[in-house]
Amino acid sequence: MADLLTATPATASAAPSPRARDRRRARRNTLIGWSFILPNFLGFAVLTLVPVIAAFALSFMEWDSYNPPEWVGLDNFQRLLNDESTKIALRNTAFYALGHVPLTMLAALGLALLLNRKIAGVGFFRAAAFFPYITSMVAVAVVWNMLFHPQFGPVNQFLQFVGVDSPPGWTTSTTWAMPAIILTSVWRDMGYYMVLFLAGLQAIPVEQYEAAKVDGAGTWQRFRAVTLPGLRPVTFLVLILLTVQSFKVFDLVVVMTDGGPGRATLVLSQQIYRRGIIEGEFGYASAISLVLFLLVLVFTLVQFWFNNRRERR
Amino acid sequence: MTTVDTAAAPRARGPLALLRRVALYALLTAAALLILVPFLWMVSASLKRNNDVFTIPIQWIPRDFQWANFTEIWTRVPLATYLGNTVFLSLVITFLQVLTGSFAAYGFAKVRFRGRDTLFMMYVATIAVPWQAYMIPQYIMMQKAELTDTFWSLILLQAFGAFGVFLMRQYYLTIPDELCEAARVDGLSEYGIWARIMLPLSKPALASLALLTFVNTWNDYMGPFIYLTSNDLWTIQLGLRSFVGQFDADYAMIMTGSVLSVLPITIIFLLGQRHFIQGIASSGMKG
Repeated sequence: MADLLTATPATASAAPSPRARDRRRARRNTLIGWSFILPNFLGFAVLTLVPVIAAFALSFMEWDSYNPPEWVGLDNFQRLLNDESTKIALRNTAFYALGHVPLTMLAALGLALLLNRKIAGVGFFRAAAFFPYITSMVAVAVVWNMLFHPQFGPVNQFLQFVGVDSPPGWTTSTTWAMPAIILTSVWRDMGYYMVLFLAGLQAIPVEQYEAAKVDGAGTWQRFRAVTLPGLRPVTFLVLILLTVQSFKVFDLVVVMTDGGPGRATLVLSQQIYRRGIIEGEFGYASAISLVLFLLVLVFTLVQFWFNNRRERR
Repeated sequence: MTTVDTAAAPRARGPLALLRRVALYALLTAAALLILVPFLWMVSASLKRNNDVFTIPIQWIPRDFQWANFTEIWTRVPLATYLGNTVFLSLVITFLQVLTGSFAAYGFAKVRFRGRDTLFMMYVATIAVPWQAYMIPQYIMMQKAELTDTFWSLILLQAFGAFGVFLMRQYYLTIPDELCEAARVDGLSEYGIWARIMLPLSKPALASLALLTFVNTWNDYMGPFIYLTSNDLWTIQLGLRSFVGQFDADYAMIMTGSVLSVLPITIIFLLGQRHFIQGIASSGMKG
């Protein structure tokens, strides 16, 4: 007994105490962890994190590249409220979102329901639906611009064929340019969201369908009672992604209409680019980007809250 | 036939079932054609004489094939330069993104240390911020560093994205920790585990990330549009866009250029289709 008591401190002094060993291991792990993350983090911190914070600060400053930046408080936002073209850009972006979100969602869901079956050749059809998404925006815009050609384009030829006497002028008309952009973007994006819906459909247990069938539910009832509730998480996700994507619309508009005719399709991202990079008004452009960011944030939060409430009920 | 549970139901027989099957395939084919029609039109127009592009009614099969369009375009625009630049940028950015992304992902998924999760939250949070919202500070930084109108600007801006880290981390989390633990017991260092165990095991995720990054870089318009002003640095997308601006009535030639810009991506897509779809399904679902 006496031996044991004296032996314990002796061994402890020879080897480090468990506490010290833990601390040393923790420090070693921190070093190793950081060494893995650092190569990416350096680039990420300098080129993404810093700009995100800088954008926020810049929106309260007046700065062009020649004069030193100056703190102006809310002046940029006041100016924003009176800037006709920013207001137009905001309205156009909202209009685009109102068309793009529901139409893409319906088309993607329809495609997913149609293609969620184990039949020969389904892989080909899925690939075909997905293909537009991976082609470049420039090629897409160039082709659709020709398809939408007011006089000779195949779209208007088809419309005339089915009896529309004076088909729209599409990208040459202030009223129809935005619908043309929306249609093109729905066509391009639906395959992407179809993939998400397909994954959601495959996550619904087959037993639920069988149980519904045993209970005598028809096709439509099964769709309403099993498919739609089962898809809710994916639908929510798609809704968020689509809304956010809509507010960010940029390259399609730039290559298809460049905001025209006039300012009929000018969108927020383009307005930031024009004011900031072309005209060099860094502060004011950052104020517009803050608005864009807040819009995206608010919609994400609203949808989140809405979904939570529905789930609780 | 509008149900989604055909897999579970015993296959019905008889003429009615056959009829339904034929109807289903007809519907699917019609939908696929409708989706692919712009591409068919593009290919058809690229092989026509300029005057034959917009005919009424549409000539789907060109009257006489103008294969010469595909040789002539190389002399009309410096297409080889554009393609070379695009290939260079796409390869470099993809390589760096996959390398640093999977390396950092290992730190986030398999090494425990204080502050790790806070750090990862920062990554995730910036994914939610639209890049348009911080493109101005990025541009100012590049301008101050005198990197605008060089490939450096695009490489730096696109190679360290948070997306790659995120995608690879999701995949590494599905690989059991016991595997790393066993390797540690065997005396492998953390870097050894990453190189010899994680990388080989995560081939599908690496393929998804590489394909998505390559295609995104190849197709990117806004990056080169903002940063590259010299013609000899232009990518295929900028080249095609400027070609449209210069020769806006040269319909057939524009379509030839479009076909050539889409062709490499089409081949890559056909080869790696599965990885694309998996990458999107996993990153989207868990995002």
